[in-house]
Amino acid sequence: MQTTAFHGFGLGLRAQHYPDFLESSVPVDFVEVISENFMIDGGRPRYILNQIRERHPVALHGVSMSIGSADGLNLGYLRRLKALADHIDPLFVSDHLCWTRIEGFNSHDLLPLPYTEEALDIVCANVRQAQDVLGRTMLIENPSSYLQFMCDSMSEWQFLDALCERTGCSLLLDVNNIFVSATNHGFDPVDYLDGVPADRVRQIHLAGHSQGHDRLIDTHDKPVPPPVWAVYGEACQRVGPVAAMIERDDAIPPLAELLAELDMARAIAADDRRQAA
Amino acid sequence: MTLAALQRDFRNSLIDEPAGMGQWVDEGARPGLAIYHNAYRVQLVDCLRETFEKTHLWLGDDAFTEAARTHIESAPPHGWTLGIYGEGFERTLAALYPDDPEVAELAWLDWALSRAFEGQDAPPLDPVTLQDADWDNAVLKLVPTFRLRSACTNAGAIWSALSAESDVPAAAMLPEPGAMLVWRQEFTPCFRTIEAIERDALRLIEAGESFGALCSILIERSGEDAGVTQAGALLGQWIGDGLIAAVKTKDG
Repeated sequence: MQTTAFHGFGLGLRAQHYPDFLESSVPVDFVEVISENFMIDGGRPRYILNQIRERHPVALHGVSMSIGSADGLNLGYLRRLKALADHIDPLFVSDHLCWTRIEGFNSHDLLPLPYTEEALDIVCANVRQAQDVLGRTMLIENPSSYLQFMCDSMSEWQFLDALCERTGCSLLLDVNNIFVSATNHGFDPVDYLDGVPADRVRQIHLAGHSQGHDRLIDTHDKPVPPPVWAVYGEACQRVGPVAAMIERDDAIPPLAELLAELDMARAIAADDRRQAA
Repeated sequence: MTLAALQRDFRNSLIDEPAGMGQWVDEGARPGLAIYHNAYRVQLVDCLRETFEKTHLWLGDDAFTEAARTHIESAPPHGWTLGIYGEGFERTLAALYPDDPEVAELAWLDWALSRAFEGQDAPPLDPVTLQDADWDNAVLKLVPTFRLRSACTNAGAIWSALSAESDVPAAAMLPEPGAMLVWRQEFTPCFRTIEAIERDALRLIEAGESFGALCSILIERSGEDAGVTQAGALLGQWIGDGLIAAVKTKDG
């Protein structure tokens, strides 16, 4: 179960840009879609995804696997995701290091996990099961978080490092989430980047955030800000060429604006490669 | 201390008040807990507002948001997809607006159209099956996105006017109770407000009765000539609408 070796620059595909992708040649190397939006019985969304898949590689990015649920994974969900993945043949299948569901209740929010040995055991078991059912290596994304637990016995990067080691999973590194959590919890993003296993990073997310009352909030409604570009530059130096993309979920601008941001990502990655050479 | 216990307490802090997490977080986590507590509701209200777009327009934002929050308190989400969270919102609205039946009917229409949007595809009806059909024993299979609900108000006309941004009629009772019919034509969800005779005919078809049985009932109700004419007109309408997925032979 190996992930595809792939590097390039892409965008999160959103409905506002369907016409652009269907009617013109958009200069991206891949697109990423929210898996759950297409884990449906039929209709226009599935048709559009099939059309776009003929033009671009597609990554499947989920928000509802609840890989950190203490009561295990939802097998019905996993089977639907597998059917979609088998149909699309995606570059990657990813979801978040979080939990959304307990005892049938589903929050539909990416809730934080305590970083304990017990939680690590549970997440490892869930990731192994997901990978077994899907027949693919998963990419796990670091979340933004707004609180920490008193029972934490390791850092998030130590947790991810152990998770990769024990399950063979790969990482989707969200550099905005690193910046948001680093600001909220007072750690250095560089320590985070130094702590995660760079050779397991297959994909990078770039996004913007908002200033809440006394926390940064991961809103994906603004351009990537300078401090996040700086974390991206640091990440590029460590992980080398991987798939990188802009994620925008709210206040979605015309496609040209996102493509300009993507050019920025290309330029930073190229600069880092030149410096490394 | 277990992860399961932490997650149960966290769930309770989302559904009720962001308290009861003292075992897991210190005082400094209060703002973080408040963010999660708030985001849970905001996302569900946004989901209902998007799914029940015309109901939202009809009620206005304040009344709709209050109804949505009432629903969220009584119906925490259980499915892995937000797409099904609107199930049951019609009942919440019916309880909140017992004297305004158009509200629940409008909500049903929003909901049924949203489900039809991503419902199962149906291949186009093969015209050959129509030519070769044994109509006395033919059983009509409706498309998988077919939904039917009895209606007593002009909710359909209200929905259409809101959609067209034209003059919206006042709520009114229909002269005779009828129904609203929802399905999807290729990729486009659509609906019709129908009279009782078509509603009853569709219920027979949905129950698997043959077209011949439908003809017999219509003949009994309206007489030989009128009954046959009605049956033919209904069949033509349904085929033209794309409501029929297949024509099978009963017990065949």
